[in-house]
Amino acid sequence: MTTITTHRPRPPAQPASLRARRLPGYAPPAIAVVALLASAGIVYGAGIGGAVLVVVVAALLYLAGLFLAANAVEGRRSARNRTWSALIHSAFVLAVLPLASVVWTLVSKGSARLDGNFFGTSMNNIGARDANGGAYHAIVGTLEQVGIATLITVPLGVLCAIYVVEYGRGRFAFTIRFFVDVMTGIPSIVTGLFVLAFWVLIVSPVFNDGRPGFSGFAAALALSVLMLPTVVRSTEEMLRLVPAPLREGSYALGVPKWKTILRVVLPTALPGIVTGIMLAIARAAGETAPVLLVAGGGAAINFNPFENNQSSLALFVYQQAGEASKYSPARAWTAALTLVALVLVLTVAAKLLARRNRLGR
Amino acid sequence: MGDTPQRSAHAGTGGTTVATSHGWPAGASARVAEPSGNPGTPGPGGGDALPRAKAFGAERAFRGLTLAAGTFVLVVIAAIAIFLIAKAVPALRANSESFWTFEGWFPNDNPPKFGIGALAFGTVLTALLALLMAVPVALGIALYLSHYAPRRLGNGLGFLVDLLAAVPSVVFGLWGRDYFAQPVADLSAWLNRYFGWIPIFGDGPYGNSILLGSVVLAIMVLPIVTSLSREVFRQTPTANEEAALALGATRWEMVRTAVLPYGRPGVIAAVMLGLGRALGETIALALTLGSTYAISFNVLASGGNTIAANIANRFAEANDTGRGALIASGLVLFAITLIVNITARAIIYRRREFTESAA
Repeated sequence: MTTITTHRPRPPAQPASLRARRLPGYAPPAIAVVALLASAGIVYGAGIGGAVLVVVVAALLYLAGLFLAANAVEGRRSARNRTWSALIHSAFVLAVLPLASVVWTLVSKGSARLDGNFFGTSMNNIGARDANGGAYHAIVGTLEQVGIATLITVPLGVLCAIYVVEYGRGRFAFTIRFFVDVMTGIPSIVTGLFVLAFWVLIVSPVFNDGRPGFSGFAAALALSVLMLPTVVRSTEEMLRLVPAPLREGSYALGVPKWKTILRVVLPTALPGIVTGIMLAIARAAGETAPVLLVAGGGAAINFNPFENNQSSLALFVYQQAGEASKYSPARAWTAALTLVALVLVLTVAAKLLARRNRLGR
Repeated sequence: MGDTPQRSAHAGTGGTTVATSHGWPAGASARVAEPSGNPGTPGPGGGDALPRAKAFGAERAFRGLTLAAGTFVLVVIAAIAIFLIAKAVPALRANSESFWTFEGWFPNDNPPKFGIGALAFGTVLTALLALLMAVPVALGIALYLSHYAPRRLGNGLGFLVDLLAAVPSVVFGLWGRDYFAQPVADLSAWLNRYFGWIPIFGDGPYGNSILLGSVVLAIMVLPIVTSLSREVFRQTPTANEEAALALGATRWEMVRTAVLPYGRPGVIAAVMLGLGRALGETIALALTLGSTYAISFNVLASGGNTIAANIANRFAEANDTGRGALIASGLVLFAITLIVNITARAIIYRRREFTESAA
């Protein structure tokens, strides 16, 4: 087209229909049925496996068949679209199966020992042949350890977040933020080892006649190291969401900055901060490794977190799982169910609270 | 905005008012402003009209308190490294074999012998296998929840995924050992029978194998990676998605050209965080791995071990040197996860700067 002519080239001939050709609605199910039959024929014919393999091979055949059929009728782009769509849906199904199995096993096996005896007694003097015995001491331990950890973490975490958001400037504040983020990824067992090295083996022998002092408090220290970054991060995000005009209004009235933070900023962000704290508590309650290393894990009820061994629910599950008694698996599963119930109640409550949060995201 | 509030804090209220107003109820804050509310005096401008900042006012005290809390985080990280090193060094000195290459763990013997090689290998192998299985599925679910499922269903299921991410790892470990071990043993036998020519699918005995451990780990990491990448995918600008669709893209083409490129740094970070979680996972692997000390690529046979699982399994029997040896192995784990996490965070921070400057 070297010269501009007055008449344009004629448009290409209209197709018979304006709509592109599409695979009929019955085609995908039909391909699925054919794939299933073919797969059953192949697998059972060759005798190489059972029902599970049939489903796997059928899924692969279905994907291939769908691609070929759509490619022939609708073209390559649509074929790709359909295949990826099927893959994404099957990824979802693939993941739901094991997770549903975990939940189902948990409920069915855990309900066996869900009785008053389990919640009212400890494992003290319970031998391998005794069917009873319970997790009272472990529940007490979990509540005390998580409670102390919360008392340590919350003021520290909220103050740290206030520094980062309200006061911190420049490199130092950035460094703190960066390392809080990095701290989120420290494995729980490493925090357990840290408290073991720092508190149990070095500091506590001073009060304890030179013997290492395993205690619930040590577990609380380890849990608070785990909770700290979660609390700081969530508080930080919530403080950033507080609208600037609220602060400025307060400053305009001559209220000093520290008072503005305590009386205006924190109350506004409170629901979000509580949500973050509850999520951190839920995570800490489920931790086994640090408690295993520093709490000692006794079988008797011990209300004093500062002296002698203490257990926790998660540790109880782990210990019962390792015990060679035919009654211990039932105890382990029931304790696991209790633990999951506790964690889920906390998580759901936190999420519902987040939904009512006026600040929103 | 940075300097104004501080100046007004001191200029407006004066030092003594600040100190005495400490315990006043919230409604009293208006009274704090009274001294400066005199309309007759000219506004701040003369230098000597402003009271000097007090050396020890409530403002400084509060600021110092928050600064101390912030610094405490750095102190904790440093303390973790220092105390682990302090307890690890005596055990490493006492070790009569090479810490890096010896395959075995006898720190209670005299002389003590222990090495981290097999454990570090097992840690990395298990975590990588778990990610290899979990990440494609997790991305699929994340895309399903953010772009394929109906909105209400996607939100509901996303809530469920968040709940699953909160399930304690000991529960997954118990499930893996009591319930999932048998199907995996059957699968192992099948894999060895038909794919035995691939070296990783070696002979049995089948039981608590690396395959079992890494599948359980994959199931655990799945909700975490899914939840993080769903967040990222949902943040894709609607304009980008609509532009792709308006150009006639199919849904997959829209995902590939608008959603995935936008979400790539976030997904990489999510995967790295999942890797950090998988490397540090303790109890689930202590329950599902065979606890041996050999470097072997055979994922089907009973065996496998990781640094964290080894600490949980061997802690009860450890004496002084044994604890030191376990702490030394924990130090290596700390270093590995620190590197992974710092890399992940660096990627996220780069992305944050990018999105902020683009906005």
